[in-house]
Amino acid sequence: MTVPATEKIAALAANVEARLTNLVLRVASLPDELCYEVQPANLKQVCLALRDSPELKFEILVDLAGIDYLDYATTEWKTYSATTSGFSRGVNRGAPRKPHDGARFAVAYNLLSVTNNQRIRIRARCEDAEDPIIDSVVDIWPGANWFEREAFDLFGILFTGHPDLRRILTDYGFIGHPFRKDFPLIGNVEVRYDAEKQRVVYEPVSIEPRTLVPKVIRDDNRYDPALKTQK
Amino acid sequence: MNEIRNFTMNFGPQHPAAHGVLRLVLEMDGEVIQKADPHIGLLHRGTEKLAESKPFNQSIGYMDRLDYVSMMCNEHAYVMAIERLLGVTVPVRAQYIRVMFDEVTRVLNHLMWLGAHALDIGAMTVFLLAFKEREDLMDCYEAVSGTRMHATYYRPGGVYRDLPDSMPKYQASKWRTQKNADRMNEVRQGSLLDFLDAFVARFPGCVDEYETLLTDNRIWKQRTVNIGVVTPERAMALGFTGAMLRGSGIAWDLRKKQPYEVYADMDFDIPIGVNGDCYDRYLVRIEELRQSTRIIKQCVDWLRQNPGPVMIDDRKVRPPRREEMKGDMESLIHHFKLFTEGYSVPEGETYAAVEAPKGEFGIYLISDGANKPYRLKCRAPGFAHLSALEEMTRGHMLADVVAVIGTQDIVFGEVDR
Repeated sequence: MTVPATEKIAALAANVEARLTNLVLRVASLPDELCYEVQPANLKQVCLALRDSPELKFEILVDLAGIDYLDYATTEWKTYSATTSGFSRGVNRGAPRKPHDGARFAVAYNLLSVTNNQRIRIRARCEDAEDPIIDSVVDIWPGANWFEREAFDLFGILFTGHPDLRRILTDYGFIGHPFRKDFPLIGNVEVRYDAEKQRVVYEPVSIEPRTLVPKVIRDDNRYDPALKTQK
Repeated sequence: MNEIRNFTMNFGPQHPAAHGVLRLVLEMDGEVIQKADPHIGLLHRGTEKLAESKPFNQSIGYMDRLDYVSMMCNEHAYVMAIERLLGVTVPVRAQYIRVMFDEVTRVLNHLMWLGAHALDIGAMTVFLLAFKEREDLMDCYEAVSGTRMHATYYRPGGVYRDLPDSMPKYQASKWRTQKNADRMNEVRQGSLLDFLDAFVARFPGCVDEYETLLTDNRIWKQRTVNIGVVTPERAMALGFTGAMLRGSGIAWDLRKKQPYEVYADMDFDIPIGVNGDCYDRYLVRIEELRQSTRIIKQCVDWLRQNPGPVMIDDRKVRPPRREEMKGDMESLIHHFKLFTEGYSVPEGETYAAVEAPKGEFGIYLISDGANKPYRLKCRAPGFAHLSALEEMTRGHMLADVVAVIGTQDIVFGEVDR
């Protein structure tokens, strides 16, 4: 730990931007992290360069995460005329969603270079909001195989070029993509063993959705980066 | 002429060697694996989605239940992610406590792995010996948090409370005489640190004992040497971390390379393997047991001499003490807000990783400025390892599948999430 983290990040950013001019767009991140936005069309080119350039050498895909930006920055706290019944009073269901900039679905890749001991994150917004499609990186990092299957299963993101895009975590015959923000937390079906039919049966859920703590967004000036640097 | 076809075999999900609920669909040519297709998700609980519906602090307990044999390491990654976004710094004493318990957890996990791995390939005794020592470490969990497994001990800003001055003790019962209880309580008379000191003193001897049973054991070597070989390049391409990567000869350990908390001040070594087979990974983990003991010892010595706060003094993050609440209106308000709403984490995203016993356990956290995570992704080491199961077992015999599952140290809590 001789070089401060911020200097290492600056050096890495210079390398990345020199190698991938006009292909990557730096987005705000914590001072000791580096995050880039990539156009889906350029994804594979960027990934190959990140893996193979000697000064970058990101040979491990640590993590691949699907993201659904549908409810980003919307709150559910109803401050006016809270109802008096139910667990979830004060929760504003079906509140109008704020329009989010860019496409609804995104995929984030956390990369690690063992050779150069550095990390980077790239994020690509999928092209189509309804039927999100993005290129698979399995041929670049074989370890992406299951991560992409997971993102497909949970978010319905399609990865073109994936050799075996099947569901992985949900039940056999599951319908829907449960981690989408418009998929209810309680799910759509419940299962039980039916003694008469002598088998497990699927039925619509019988429980009510409830929110114990509504989502609120509070600005805290202590965390304002502009104010922090003034100190 | 008869047509010769491959045989498809189902393995699990209820199988003692499947380490929980792994279902494998194996395509076999005689006894040789041609294709292995793991079916996972039988323990999928949607932890990440549940966390999105709760204030940040309420999900700490879920982290324990991911990899349920290395509980505190999972919590550590989660609270570190929150702390990074909040921009708070943890008091030094809390950092030492966290490092100490991370290593206690590593020993807990490796003992579980060692016992189960040995049991799977035919060595019963190691399991019993390993669980004897696990019991003592779980007592440490109990002493500090009140529960033996799912501790919820790490909190954003520090740890829940300082180390206790006394250890839980055995009581005489219908099954345990007073004399036996007294004998078992002998090491439990002092504080938690005294107890850990005694543990650290005797534990290397226990590791020697396990090694006499396995390291030069002819059967053990026949079952593990040259089984599941992974080259260093392949290990990286497949996303291996932790002992799986080190077993292939890559000296990579987050505790050394990207140190968090006070690992930079600790004196310890990283063992690496040579051949990348099950036997090398066994040797690596055995050595990690010894190295963890060294780290625990250093933490115990430091913690004895340096009392201090174990939680930050930021009222917007940590709940007020009970006595403050009784006499101070503002504390009462803070308490009410923290427990009904929680704290809002500034907008942003981060990836926080710890060297969990199984590999790199990471939390990718996106916050939109609310009191709940917008997206939480747990990067489980076992998930990446298990995805390589097919590659590691292809061409091996059926019995070797069990050895490979054992060496991957799979726990389904974190694979399925």
